[in-house]
Amino acid sequence: MWKYANPRLFLDLAEKLLPWFAGLTVLLFAVGLYISLIGSPPDYQQGDSVRIMYVHVPAAWMALFCYVFMASASVVGLVWRHALADLAAKSTAPIGACFTFLALFSGSFWGKPMWGDWWVWDARVTSVLILFFLYLGYIALWETIEDHARAARAAAVLAIVGVIMVPIIKFSVDWWETLHQPASVLRFDGPTIHASLLWPLFTMALAFTFFFFTVLLIRMRTEIIQQRIRALRLAAIEE
Amino acid sequence: MSAFLSMGGYGAYVWPAYFAAALVLGLLTVWSLRKLKAEARQLERLESQLARHGERRPRPPATSQSAN
Repeated sequence: MWKYANPRLFLDLAEKLLPWFAGLTVLLFAVGLYISLIGSPPDYQQGDSVRIMYVHVPAAWMALFCYVFMASASVVGLVWRHALADLAAKSTAPIGACFTFLALFSGSFWGKPMWGDWWVWDARVTSVLILFFLYLGYIALWETIEDHARAARAAAVLAIVGVIMVPIIKFSVDWWETLHQPASVLRFDGPTIHASLLWPLFTMALAFTFFFFTVLLIRMRTEIIQQRIRALRLAAIEE
Repeated sequence: MSAFLSMGGYGAYVWPAYFAAALVLGLLTVWSLRKLKAEARQLERLESQLARHGERRPRPPATSQSAN
């Protein structure tokens, strides 16, 4: 596995994987959207508004998954100085920010009919908003620090410190009185929602996951090319 | 069809959530692909520039070549 930390080998692997990931993403979204919107029954209490869940929950899961992925890659980049790990972390941030935004946006459109308001300063909603700002801060650090190695270090430290938000978000619904409901799928005692709602949820979650890896590969390729451009320019100056 | 669009009265909430997801993920994909193409083009330009530059440079005498 470590040999793919070599950019050249990684590029070869990425090129082979990309069409498969992209194809799977499209297929999963096609099936997922069908069962989410047509092939599943409305909820007995929430009616058709429950269909917002099939966008909202996968987006929220991926917002957290991307953050953990970014922080883990940052640890590898910081401790073992793997250049590819830094690039993986950097490439993840905008994707994670998009998922976080979508979780908040779809949550707002679900909150209006169910809670009666577009926005509530509930512990879950607020902590996810903080996660969104963490992503933006991380992106801003990369943008503002000129030197690549220094930017990588500073951004990695922010990502690692910010990982504290992940358990806070996960357990916010248990620690505080929230309007947001507690977990009903990822529980120790098994899911508490009906199977007819789980199928569209898992298919969409898988679609979101493959979407993430597809765009990640595209963005990491871009970063490797940019690194090569920087190296060539530096070599040209030194000559 | 209209029953499908109305989503049991929740159409005004369900559809924007799906459209926002399609829009944001779509734009992210397009942006990422365009950036990849632009950077790949730039690398190609830079590499050909450097290759041309190398050709034009007067060849050093054979003895000092290894020192390069």
